[in-house]
Amino acid sequence: MQTLRRKDILGLEEMSAEEITLILETARSMREIMQRKIKKVPTLRGRSVLNLFYEPSTRTKASFELAQKYMSADSVSVAGTSSSLVKGETLKDTVRNVEVMGIECVIMRHPASGSSHYLAHNVEASVINAGDGMHEHPTQGLLDMFTILDKKGRLEELKVAIVGDIRHSRVARSNLWGMQKMGAEVVVAGPPTLMPPDLTAFGVKAFPNVEEAVENADVVMALRLQKERQEGGLFPSLREYSELYGLTPQRISGAKEDVLIMHPGPMNRGVEISSELADGPRSIILEQVTSGVAVRMALLYLLLGGTKEE
Amino acid sequence: MALTHKATVMDEKAIKQALRRIAHEIIERNKGTEEVVLIGIRNRGVPLANRLKNYLSEIETPVVPLGILDITLYRDDLSQRQDQPEVHTTDVPFDLHKKHVVVVDDVLYTGRTTRAAMDALIDLGRPATIQLVVLVDRGHRELPIRADYVGKNVPTSRNEQVEVKVKEVDGTDQVDILENK
Repeated sequence: MQTLRRKDILGLEEMSAEEITLILETARSMREIMQRKIKKVPTLRGRSVLNLFYEPSTRTKASFELAQKYMSADSVSVAGTSSSLVKGETLKDTVRNVEVMGIECVIMRHPASGSSHYLAHNVEASVINAGDGMHEHPTQGLLDMFTILDKKGRLEELKVAIVGDIRHSRVARSNLWGMQKMGAEVVVAGPPTLMPPDLTAFGVKAFPNVEEAVENADVVMALRLQKERQEGGLFPSLREYSELYGLTPQRISGAKEDVLIMHPGPMNRGVEISSELADGPRSIILEQVTSGVAVRMALLYLLLGGTKEE
Repeated sequence: MALTHKATVMDEKAIKQALRRIAHEIIERNKGTEEVVLIGIRNRGVPLANRLKNYLSEIETPVVPLGILDITLYRDDLSQRQDQPEVHTTDVPFDLHKKHVVVVDDVLYTGRTTRAAMDALIDLGRPATIQLVVLVDRGHRELPIRADYVGKNVPTSRNEQVEVKVKEVDGTDQVDILENK
């Protein structure tokens, strides 16, 4: 397959293994560009992209913006708090207005699940979901797979353990869909209150304790504990969470010797992951960030670099 | 419209002789191979560059470094093509600064691939010179570009196609002219 035959990147649930492979292979070429002295190719000259972030973001936003610059696309970024949304304009109106200024692709992060689907159906521009509520964060899933593939050479038959707040995590959702499609075995662990009620729908095994889940794992991924969840009464205290579910070298000692440690960021050091592990030799947390730019360059190329078939 | 075989313009022996001659010309022009690097343009340029490297090393030391260039991201027709070209990796693991960069491609036609290759190379560094090797020059340039080393000049019409086959990719060494009928 040479072309991504879709207008938008909304989630990995709807994407095929073939499409994911194409994206990851294209990203490999893009990473080479990032290693050059002149990190720029003229490919998307004259194409325009809007970054619309209704939620705070450092990594994802910087990553998308750099990817656009490296590909020579023109871009504007709008933060939710400084946009007309606060004046009561609807999302559809906002984007339609920007669209008539010549925007061909919208990158959106939004607190409402499904918002990127809604937008994609209402505008002609391509939409890339940069995280919608508790639904999906497809570019994070892709960059995680890219990083693992780079280190292990494959995804098939790897055991990946995802630990933490699975229920509220769009990162977990995208990874669960994506990695299983690529042939990995995915297991999850975390407090029962932070597990989605419909885990069987994902086809993954859930463990109440971390030690069991990481047994023989090739990859262990910690998720950020969203502190605001504590106020909802889903776990008693950060300290207790850290005691029971925080990743430390001891806790994951049952994993494979060459296990990879991942975290999508931002990290709460000492809560879901110990500094010893996060900064240790098995950690590929910073590689994940580098991969992010390459994967986003690949997506921009695949969505914008060529004529849309009518 | 169907493509039919019109003529075979180079066989295995002719390709070998042409590349050997070009190897000597590269050495003569650059006074050795000290500062020479080879860059093969994907796809057919890569095996041809590799052969040149071997011929050069039979005559001169040191061995000339060989890089691979993918020009997809530099094409000027991206927004006009229906089929999106697949991006492959560029692999130039050495510095181009002050080098004589010898670019190798199979066919020189409009010159647009060469233009893209030059842009790509200049993004990688600042070569002393960029020189161009092509196995076949078929004419019909759309840009002011010429080759420094030519395997064979083959006058063609625009409705013909030049098909270069190399052993490493196609299992055989041959250059054919195909006609659109």
